Amino acid sequence: MSIDRHQGGTATVAQRSTDFVMEVQHLTKRFPVGGVLDKRAVHALQDVSFSLPRAKIVALVGESGSGKSTTARALARLIEPTGGRILYNGRDILREEPRSASLSYREDVQMVFQDPFGSLNPAHTIRHAIERPLRIHRKAKGRSAIRERVETLLETVGLTPPGETASKYPYQLSGGQRQRVAFARALAVDPKVMLADEPVSMLDVSIRIGVLNLMERLKEENGISFLYITHDIASARYIADETNVMYAGRMVEGAESRELIDEPAHPYTQLLLSAVPNPHAGLRTDEATTRGEIPSLIDPPPGCPFAPRCPHVMPECQEAMPGVTRLNAHHWVRCHLHGSGQGEPTANLPV
Amino acid sequence: MAIATETSNSQGTPAGAAPLIRIEDLKVQYLSPRGPVRAVDGVTFDIRPGEVMGLAGESGCGKSTVAQAILRILQPPAVITNGRVLFDGNDILDMSDDQLNEFRWRDVSMVFQSAMNSLNPVMTIGDQITDAIQAHQRMPGRKALERAEELLRIVGIEAARIDSYPHQLSGGMRQRAVIAIALALNPPLMIMDEPTTALDVVVQKEIMSTISRLKQELGFSILFITHDLSLLVEISDRIAIMYAGQIVELANARELFEQPLHPYTNGLMSSFPPLTGDRVKLSGIPGSPPDLVHPPAGCRFAARCPRRFEPCGSEPLFAEAKPGHRVACHLYPESRTPQAQEAIREH
Ligand SMILES: Nc1ncnc2c1ncn2[C@@H]1O[C@H](COP(=O)(O)OP(=O)(O)O)[C@@H](O)[C@H]1O
Ligand SMILES: Nc1ncnc2c1ncn2[C@@H]1O[C@H](COP(=O)(O)OP(=O)(O)O)[C@@H](O)[C@H]1O
Ligand SMILES: [Mg+2]
Ligand SMILES: [Mg+2]
Repeated sequence: MSIDRHQGGTATVAQRSTDFVMEVQHLTKRFPVGGVLDKRAVHALQDVSFSLPRAKIVALVGESGSGKSTTARALARLIEPTGGRILYNGRDILREEPRSASLSYREDVQMVFQDPFGSLNPAHTIRHAIERPLRIHRKAKGRSAIRERVETLLETVGLTPPGETASKYPYQLSGGQRQRVAFARALAVDPKVMLADEPVSMLDVSIRIGVLNLMERLKEENGISFLYITHDIASARYIADETNVMYAGRMVEGAESRELIDEPAHPYTQLLLSAVPNPHAGLRTDEATTRGEIPSLIDPPPGCPFAPRCPHVMPECQEAMPGVTRLNAHHWVRCHLHGSGQGEPTANLPV
Repeated sequence: MAIATETSNSQGTPAGAAPLIRIEDLKVQYLSPRGPVRAVDGVTFDIRPGEVMGLAGESGCGKSTVAQAILRILQPPAVITNGRVLFDGNDILDMSDDQLNEFRWRDVSMVFQSAMNSLNPVMTIGDQITDAIQAHQRMPGRKALERAEELLRIVGIEAARIDSYPHQLSGGMRQRAVIAIALALNPPLMIMDEPTTALDVVVQKEIMSTISRLKQELGFSILFITHDLSLLVEISDRIAIMYAGQIVELANARELFEQPLHPYTNGLMSSFPPLTGDRVKLSGIPGSPPDLVHPPAGCRFAARCPRRFEPCGSEPLFAEAKPGHRVACHLYPESRTPQAQEAIREH
């Protein structure tokens, strides 16, 4: 893989880009509520920053509505952010490719969606589904080369014998197999980054692990960097090198995955962790002290969005969202309990 | 599935504690152009008063079909081809429509995954609860309203919300409202089919705690259905594991979790990553369940089983391998038919 293919800019940029394939800085996305005279907006993303180290898996966890999919869609350039920067190999791609992403960016950055049922055309065979990107992006030429490439891809994602799978229709495959096809199709264009938006949420528990193991193998063998979006923090611990937590459009904490789970610093992360079913402990019937749901994102008040539910809420929490406090080299948090913070939210994984 | 007759009476039900409901050798098929889908193929278990019975298994294994058969709400092309569902000594499968109307909601009520979307969008929550009460019980409007307020309070919704419409409530609140309706007639048994699957973890945890508290306060039994075994271990007294239309293991929840006997149960256990301890590579369960139109002869899990051996081509008995712990697997001598024993001897 060539990282200096797109390189330009200053030496510092060039140097940083060898560590991070993607850097997201202060990303903001507002959706108009609708109605011509209605000035209100849904603040789906507010000041979201994080980085994707090369050939690592970074998880994005949070409840539904927290902005995870909006983040992935902005990185895939399916929607245009309202503000902020996305650096790809150090290049500010929103500025350099303002109207739409270049073909090479669209090849390099692939997305895999949650619904393995909706993402494949029922009228075509699996072979057809995988050949399409190969032809469009000219990744293989000639019938036999294309045929061979399709089968290699199916083998890579564990669908064997590949010839047999290729001739099937989507309805003849299980959910797990369809999701593997979605990965094969994304792999067809030789991507550098995969944005996997809840890729296992709709699958049975028993086959989720297989798909997670596949992602890990693609990271190790193909050097692909993953953004793994999930609401299942245990699965994030299982495959992600680093985990970031989102709440109501804000990134509130990020750390090396084990550290985040062993020593969660943000009260929301603590709440999320306490909600994970724990067969060892048994269910406590004292009902959670923190009740309530994600607040409305329409023109939200200033301050920390978790303040209304937070058991540790203080007066300053209602006034301003705190900055980033670094707890150590690979753990940061945005919470007034840990100071008002001035740092940058990259977890700087120990390599 | 063949039932080992010599043990069919010993599911660990303590003497005197008669089961509240007993499902015996239940078989349900869906007629399809390819032939009958044998969705439930010989299922036997009981639920005791005040007990939470968990039912787990991969999607498509027949869990919802069992639930719908118990309530007799199956729609064509489903047909119940065999079995009995005994409640209070009466077989539900023999009941007339009038008897069924009495039985549903009064004796057994149901909360299912999409229930929160099944609330009537143009009726207030309060009206829907009072309707449910008055459909089955003569009660003056005023008293019904008081009861509706009480029900909302016990499921954790402020009584002031009684005039809200469903769209004004969050997903978690709507599911609480559905539970309130299911509680309306104070039934001794509630069937919950994936009641929290559509909810976020935090809301799921809150609802699970509420269900647990209600069960303790009101003393009803629950058949709790989910594909998520980790959730089930927390709330259940006993757990039945279902695979391809049959129950393959049934035991006390803690024992099942700590010492699962069936290789399928083991596979399910190693499917959810833990939050603590060293990171170990998990394998899940490779492969997929069999086609229920043409289920394989013998053990249905054999094709995916890491411990498959000679006798697995013949069907194992669902038998008691340890006191109160039943399993259908040839690894355990209790499950072996004479045919299976011969297969082992020959080898
Ligand atoms: N196209 C859109 N128009 C208006 N609001 C949107 C749109 N897409 C997403 N949103 C809102 O943005 C917020 C974040 O949504 P999303 O990114 O899908 O969250 P998640 O993936 O974490 O569940 C939600 O409140 C959602 O309703
Ligand atoms: N209406 C139907 N027609 C044909 N097959 C059906 C129908 N409904 C369910 N099935 C089949 O019956 C089996 C059991 O389904 P179900 O009881 O819904 O399983 P579960 O609740 O465990 O996911 C599945 O294999 C499913 O495909
Ligand atoms: Mg989403
Ligand atoms: Mg079901």
